[in-house]
Amino acid sequence: MSHPSDRVYSKDHEWVMVDGDIATVGISHFAQDQLGEVVYIELPESGDAIVAGDTFGEIESVKSVSELYAPVTGEIIEVNDALGDSPETVNSDPHGEGWMLKIRVADSAQVDDLMSSEEYDAFVTES
Amino acid sequence: MTSRANGVPSSVPSTGPRASIFDLGSPESRCVLAPDPDVPFDGLESLLGSAARIIPPTLPHVTELEIMRHYAHLAEMNFGVDSGFYPLGSCTMKYNPRINEDACRLEGFAGLHPYQPVHSVQGALALMVGLQEALGEISGLPAVSLQPAAGAHGELSALMCFRAAHTASGNPRSKVLIPDTAHGTNPASVAMCGYQTVTIPSNADGHVDLEALKAALDTDVAAFMLTNPNTLGLFDPQILEITAAVHEVGAFAYCDGANLNAILGITRPGDMGFDALHINLHKTFSTPHGGGGPGSGPICVTEPLAQFLPGPLPSRTEEGWYTLTTPQASIGRVRSFYGNFGVLVRAYAYVRALGSEGLKEVAEQAVLSANYLRVRLRDTFDLPYDTMCMHEFVLSGARQKSDYGVRTLDIAKRLLDYGYHPPTIYFPLLVEEALMIEPTETESLAELDAFADALIAIAQEAAETPDLVRSAPFSTPVRRIDEAAAARNPDLRWKPSITE
Amino acid sequence: MRFIPATCEQRDEMLRAVGCESVDELFADVPGPALLNKELDIPHGFTEMELAAHLRSLAEANIPASRLVSFVGAGCYDHYIPSVVDHVISRPEFFTAYTPYQPEVSQGTLQAIYEYQSMICALTGMDVANASMYDGATAFVEAALMACRVTKRNKVLVLGMVNPEWLDVLGTYSDSGLFEIEATEADAATSAEQLRTLVGPDTAAILMTSPNFVGVLEDITGLAEVAHGAGALLVVGSNPILLGVIEPPGALGADIVVGEGQPLGSPMSFGGPGFGFFACRDKHVRQMPGRLVGRGVDVDGDTAYVLTLSTREQHIRREKATSNICSNHALNAMAAGVYLAAVGSEGLRSIATTSIARAHYLRDELIKTGKFTAPWELPFGNEFALVYDGDTAQMYDTMFDKGYIAGIVLETEEGEPDLVLFAVTEQRTRAQIDAFVREVQSL
Repeated sequence: MSHPSDRVYSKDHEWVMVDGDIATVGISHFAQDQLGEVVYIELPESGDAIVAGDTFGEIESVKSVSELYAPVTGEIIEVNDALGDSPETVNSDPHGEGWMLKIRVADSAQVDDLMSSEEYDAFVTES
Repeated sequence: MTSRANGVPSSVPSTGPRASIFDLGSPESRCVLAPDPDVPFDGLESLLGSAARIIPPTLPHVTELEIMRHYAHLAEMNFGVDSGFYPLGSCTMKYNPRINEDACRLEGFAGLHPYQPVHSVQGALALMVGLQEALGEISGLPAVSLQPAAGAHGELSALMCFRAAHTASGNPRSKVLIPDTAHGTNPASVAMCGYQTVTIPSNADGHVDLEALKAALDTDVAAFMLTNPNTLGLFDPQILEITAAVHEVGAFAYCDGANLNAILGITRPGDMGFDALHINLHKTFSTPHGGGGPGSGPICVTEPLAQFLPGPLPSRTEEGWYTLTTPQASIGRVRSFYGNFGVLVRAYAYVRALGSEGLKEVAEQAVLSANYLRVRLRDTFDLPYDTMCMHEFVLSGARQKSDYGVRTLDIAKRLLDYGYHPPTIYFPLLVEEALMIEPTETESLAELDAFADALIAIAQEAAETPDLVRSAPFSTPVRRIDEAAAARNPDLRWKPSITE
Repeated sequence: MRFIPATCEQRDEMLRAVGCESVDELFADVPGPALLNKELDIPHGFTEMELAAHLRSLAEANIPASRLVSFVGAGCYDHYIPSVVDHVISRPEFFTAYTPYQPEVSQGTLQAIYEYQSMICALTGMDVANASMYDGATAFVEAALMACRVTKRNKVLVLGMVNPEWLDVLGTYSDSGLFEIEATEADAATSAEQLRTLVGPDTAAILMTSPNFVGVLEDITGLAEVAHGAGALLVVGSNPILLGVIEPPGALGADIVVGEGQPLGSPMSFGGPGFGFFACRDKHVRQMPGRLVGRGVDVDGDTAYVLTLSTREQHIRREKATSNICSNHALNAMAAGVYLAAVGSEGLRSIATTSIARAHYLRDELIKTGKFTAPWELPFGNEFALVYDGDTAQMYDTMFDKGYIAGIVLETEEGEPDLVLFAVTEQRTRAQIDAFVREVQSL
C-alpha cells in the first residue's frame, strides 16, 4: 500500500492533512506496520498547546514504545478519544479513522516543509 | 513435559480445562485452621472496634488434595531446568544442586529471626562472612555487601555508593555512560539513582567504541557501566584501557556481573580495573530462579568504596566472634534486614561444594560448551560476530527472515515442539533477529549435539515448510497467545462470573 | 563435588571442534595483566557428605527462634506454615524455571501468579496487584516513586512510626534527589489533624502503615481524607495476616497498598527472602512497577496466561521504565498463593483472631505483674509495646537464657524509658504465655 497523496508527511512518520488552518494528524501506514499491533495510545488533551518537534504522546505495541512527535506548532482543538478503547484502529485504518489530533496551525509555513507522498515513499524506501 | 517432535504433529494434545483455584472446591471445604484463642476473649469487635472487617476476603475454599492436584496440574504445564535444556542467554540456567535446597531448609537457618541476639546467630553470620570472603576473592573486589535482593537492586546499590563517594568529594556528577549492548536494568537503575544515561556505541567487533567512550568522558560522568563479557558473549580486550580512561576523569567503572560464569578463576573484575560489581547468585552460583525470583545481587567494591556499602554487614571480630556493623559512611539500608539469606545459604553451599578448582572448571567448560555450539551452528545461521566467544554467543535469524519469512520468534516457538526452552531472543538490540544462546557447563555433549541438531532441523523446516514453523508450537499446553488482545483489555485478577 | 558431565575425552573432542589446542586459548581476549594466573584462595571442594556435615554444623551453631518461645516480630513473624506450601513450591517445574518469558511452557507459573495477584486484591480491597517486589520496604519506596509519577509532585509525607527499617530504605532511595521526604514525629498514633497543616500542593503522597511499627492501628480513613484533600495519594503498608479481620485499606480510601508478605508462607530465614506485595487502582496501572500476569486466549481460543503491560518495564522502556526491577520474589509470592488457598478466608480469620486475642492476653497479664506499664491505650492487632520497670537489657538476656525471646528492646531517646515490642502469633500457646509471664514475675 502506498501513502495517499492528499496529505503531507514528516520524517517522524506522521501525516498531516490541512483544511483551512486546521491540520489533522495521524501516523503513516508505514509507521503502523513497523510498530505491529498497537495496544495503547497516550494522547494529550484538547486545548493543549503543541510545538513542532516536541513529543505529544506515546504509542505502544506489545513489546515496544514509541514517542509521537508534533509535525506542526499550534493548539489542539480535538483528540480522537475513540482510540482509547480501540487503539487497533491505527493498524486497520491509519489514514482515516485512526487519526489522532486536530490542530489549529500557528504557522502554515511549517506544513510546506513536510514531504509529499512521493517524497515520503522514497524516504521510507531509503531508510 | 513435552515430547520431542518430528515434523507435523498429528493432533494437538489436550491438557483439559484448567479451572481457576477460585472455581474449585466448595464453601464447606477448608484445610488449615488455627486453634481457638483459649484465652479470655470477648470477640474481635471488642478489640478492634470500627477497624474490624465486615466482609471477609474472597479467597479459595479448597481441600488439601484439591490444592495438590491444582498445582500438580500447573507444574505439568511448566518448564524448568529439570524439565530439559534451557539455553536462555544471559540467564545462566545451570543445574540447581539439591543439597542447597536441603541446606536452606535446616531449622538452624530457616527458623532464625533477624532480630535474635547476635550470639544466637553465630553460624549464620559465619556463613555470610564466608560467602563475602569467597565473593571478594572471586571478584578481586574485597568489600562485599550481601544485602541487595537481585541484580538490578545490586546495580542501583552500587550506583548509590558511587553517588555517595562523588558527593563526599563535593559533586555527585550527573551522567552515567552505558554501552548500547547493556541490559535494560542498567539505564533503569541509572534513572532511579537520579542520573542521566548516555549511550556509548559498540564498534564493528562488538566491543566498546573506545574513541566514542573517551569523547563522552568528562568530569560530569559519575560512572561507566559495562557487562564484561558483554551481552554478545564477547570479552572486551580493551578492558584495561577502558577502565583507565574512566578513572582518568575521576569516574567509577562498574561491572554488571550477569556474565561472571565465564570468568570464574580465570580473571577478576577487580584486576580489570573495575571499582564495583554485582553478582547474580541466581545465575553464576546455581541458586534456582523460582519462576522469576527470589534472586540475590551482592555487590563487591574496592576498599575505598567499602565505607559506603549498604549495611549492616556481618564481620569477624578479632576475638573470632561474628557481629553486625554498619559502615561509617553507609548509603543506608537498601531493603529490610541483611539480604536474601535463604539464597545466600545455597550460594555458599555451592562455593564450598566446588572449591577453587571446581569454580575454574565451571568457567572453562561453560566457555568451551558455548564455543562448541557456536561452531556447530555458524553455517546454519548468521553469526554477526564470528570470533571466539565466552559463555554465550548471539546468532542472527536474519537469513531465515529474509529468505523464508520465518522470524526468530517462530524459530523459538518451534524449539518448544522439540522439547527445548528457547534461547533469549531479540536481545541484544544490536543484532537483528537475535538468538542468544548460553548452554552452561552442566549440559552433556550429547545434549548440546541434540540441541544443535534440532536448530539445524528447524532451519531446514524454515526453508521447506515455513508455515509449519510460523504456526508453532503445536505440542505445548497452550499455543501462541494473543498478547495484543491481553494488553488492550487487561484481565489482571479473577472475578466471580456473573452467572453465579 | 562437580556438576559437569563432560569427560576428559569429550573435552578434547570439543576443543578440537572449535580449533583450540588448549582451554587457555578460549580466553585469548583476556589481556595478560588481567589474567589471574593463580588458584583462587578458596578451600578445595567438599564431597556432598562433607558439605552436608559442614552446613549442619553451621546451622547448629545458631539457636533459632523457632525452637524458642519467641515474642519477636517487628516485620518478620513466625506464623505456622502449612506443610502443603513447601511441597508445592518444591516442585522443580516451578522452582527451577526462569521468568515466564515463553508463556506456552510457563502456564504453571503464570496461572499461579495470576491467582496470587487475585488473592492480594481480595485481601487489600484493591483493583490490581503486581507479581511481587523484593520486600515490604522496597515496595513502600516504589509506592512513593509511583505516587510522584501519578501526581507529578516530588514530596512524600511519611508517618514517623512506620517500621524504622522502611524509613531507612526510603531515605536511602531519596538520596538520589528524585523525591523529598518529610517524616512526622514518631507518635504512637497520628491523627488527621496533625497532618492537615503538613500537606501542601507539592505533596505526592502520605505514606503510612497500619498497624504501625508499635502495632497500633492508625486512622486510615482520616488520613485518606487529608491526602485526597491536598490532591495527594494515600499509601498504606499492611500486615497481610491481619487483613483477614481488619478492614481492607482499599475500602478506606488507600490508593496504593503494600506490605511484607513473609507471614504468608515464607519461613523467617533470618529476614529473607520474603516478598513485597503491591496493589493499586486500575486507573494507575500504567504507572505501576513490576511484572503483571494477565489472562487471555491463545490462537485456538483457549484460556492462556501471559506477562502483560510489559512496556512499563526496564527491558522495553529502559531509563523511562516505572522501576529497574527485573527479578522479583515470584516463588515466595507463589507460596503465599498456596498458603492463602490452604487457609481460606475462614482459616485466615482464625489465625488472625487467635494471634490478636493472645496478644491482648499477654499484654494484660504482663501489666498485671506490675513490672510493665502501658505507654498508651490505643487499638492494636497482634503486636504491642510496653515499658519495663527495671533493667530491660538484663530482663531480655535472662529470659533468653530461659528459652524465651522477650520481643525486641526498642531504642528510645535518652532519658525516655525503654520500650519492649512484643508480637504474638497463633503458634504461642496460652501455656507458653502463662509460663513466660510467671518467669518475668519471678525476676
